[in-house]
Amino acid sequence: MSNINDSVLRMEHITMQFGGVVAINDLSLEVRRGEIVALIGPNGAGKTTAFNCITGVYEPTNGVVYFQGKPIALNHPQGKMIRQYAGSEADRYKMLKPIVHTPDRITHMGIARTFQNIRLFSSQTAFENVLIGTHLRRTSNVFTATFRLNAREEKRNREKAEELLEIVGLKDEMNEKATSLPYGKQRRLEIARALATDPSLLLLDEPAAGMNPQETDELGSFIVDIKNRFKLTVFMIEHHMNLVMDISDRIYVLDFGKQIAEGTPEEIQKNPVVIAAYLGVDEE
Amino acid sequence: MKKKNNIGSYITLGVVILIYAAVFIAEQTIPSTSMLFTVLKKGATYALVAVSMNLLNGFTGIFSLGQAGFMLIGAYIYGIFTIPVSMRGQVYQYFDGGLVQFTLPIIIAMILGGLAAAFFAFLIGLPVLRLKSDYLAIATLGFAEIVRAIFQWNGLGPVTNGSNMLRSFPNFNDFNITDAQGNVTVYLSTLIPFIMSGICILIIVLLINSSYGRAFKAIRDDEVAAEAMGINLAHHKRLAFCISSFFAGVSGAMLAMYQTTVQAKSFTSAMTYEILLIVVIGGIGSVTGSVLSSFLFVACSEWWLRFLDEQQMIGDFQVPLLRNGFRLVVFSVIIMIVVLFFRRGIMGDRELWNLNFTGRRKNKGDGK
Repeated sequence: MSNINDSVLRMEHITMQFGGVVAINDLSLEVRRGEIVALIGPNGAGKTTAFNCITGVYEPTNGVVYFQGKPIALNHPQGKMIRQYAGSEADRYKMLKPIVHTPDRITHMGIARTFQNIRLFSSQTAFENVLIGTHLRRTSNVFTATFRLNAREEKRNREKAEELLEIVGLKDEMNEKATSLPYGKQRRLEIARALATDPSLLLLDEPAAGMNPQETDELGSFIVDIKNRFKLTVFMIEHHMNLVMDISDRIYVLDFGKQIAEGTPEEIQKNPVVIAAYLGVDEE
Repeated sequence: MKKKNNIGSYITLGVVILIYAAVFIAEQTIPSTSMLFTVLKKGATYALVAVSMNLLNGFTGIFSLGQAGFMLIGAYIYGIFTIPVSMRGQVYQYFDGGLVQFTLPIIIAMILGGLAAAFFAFLIGLPVLRLKSDYLAIATLGFAEIVRAIFQWNGLGPVTNGSNMLRSFPNFNDFNITDAQGNVTVYLSTLIPFIMSGICILIIVLLINSSYGRAFKAIRDDEVAAEAMGINLAHHKRLAFCISSFFAGVSGAMLAMYQTTVQAKSFTSAMTYEILLIVVIGGIGSVTGSVLSSFLFVACSEWWLRFLDEQQMIGDFQVPLLRNGFRLVVFSVIIMIVVLFFRRGIMGDRELWNLNFTGRRKNKGDGK
């Protein structure tokens, strides 16, 4: 049982099937406290789908997701899907009651995420974007908030948002519109916004997408830095191999929805299956 | 940044106080039959309902067209509970004086009207708020029409007076202070609606700038991201819908006071369009814009553009085209011009308290 205390996120036999298309097939993985784990794989391998299963955007077709030992998503093929189901372990969870949570519940539990294509609140300033992240830990209701009876909480949230912006290096741009910031800074702002929800697990979906090598290097040390500072566990999808190899403790490799390898960066670099998957795709 | 906002707030406060003082003085000096007061009273009423609609359409991104329905509920609740008992026999002449045989204080009846509207909003919000954009608009529009039909139904006559009008309840003129002979000593019939809708709009502005208001704006900007930030979409949308309907109900009660009578058939979808128009002209997402444009709109439709409906002579020359109904043609043209060339409306999404008074462009601060 000591293993459960250590495990922050565990996916068990997760299958995600859309109609006849199996996006993820029987994916099992584990992220332990304090780790940085990367999920890599060629385009269309199902990495973002895996994230969406964890964060409640999708209900997995089959399998269980545990967060800190508790199941946060559980499902088995139902209805039409019973006949259509093309994944494995079809009957494993048949007797269990499905567990479904909306994304906001998942965030409440302590899983925050960023998006592959940046999704900032476009009409609002950088500061307000971060401030919105503090909304879910509110103790005020709509009346106390409207009539400013929550002034102390509001002040604390504003200070927290300012502090987070300082940590990600956006203090000077805090009153600028979020979408007018340069790309790299928008990525950092998204991370700051996610941190404002007080997560214990941070999911980063391609945090370095569209960054140049120098920015990518900076991002790597930044991720390690915030991980240590906020005692986080980080699970990320990334294509920049330098970044992945530099900072991750362990790597999972997906290809066509199936996990093809798992291990430390050194092991993955030498793994012939991984090399074949990547080079095979390249040659096509 | 904080300091700048404070300056804006003080200037806004000053402007508001000046306007209130001007209204008060004008009321004492200008004859009360002047068109000006009609415009101001109706404008204040429309300002409130426009701001409440903006809270939904502009700040939460829920495109709802049920405003007339909620106003109707507020107006009826107000009317039903404030008609003096002695007058009920006359008003409910076809229904034996009606079922309700007591009266409530004006403020209580107004709040009750708002609460009833919010309650109905909660009920129809359960199924309807799952819909998106156009579908939601159609569903809420349908709701407003159903409400109108129900309130005209004779079966409910003992309460709603069927398709007959409700009247004799306290109206704006009853706020004037009179001496023993019935002569007015202090005119308050315009100031009171200003104060009513001012308080309500202030509450909405406070809400918009609170943590919940930020959550509403987050939902408008990006639902997926808002949900990922832990904002419960269903809960917050319902909240915005109910609050908006509450204030629509209150403004319905004010409209009843302005009109001095209430009849369900006047709360048509055309009324919702008028309000939508005010919101669009004022700027979607700007409270200041909605307030400004509601006074402009009412002034144009009731007063300034009236001459277009009558034959006008310049010397011996009779101006062509001017005849009954031409005002509406001009109005439609203005709307098309606004939609084509000034899509962001008068204020865009800026507010009076965020405007840059130093003359330099600045990045927007708090509260949007």
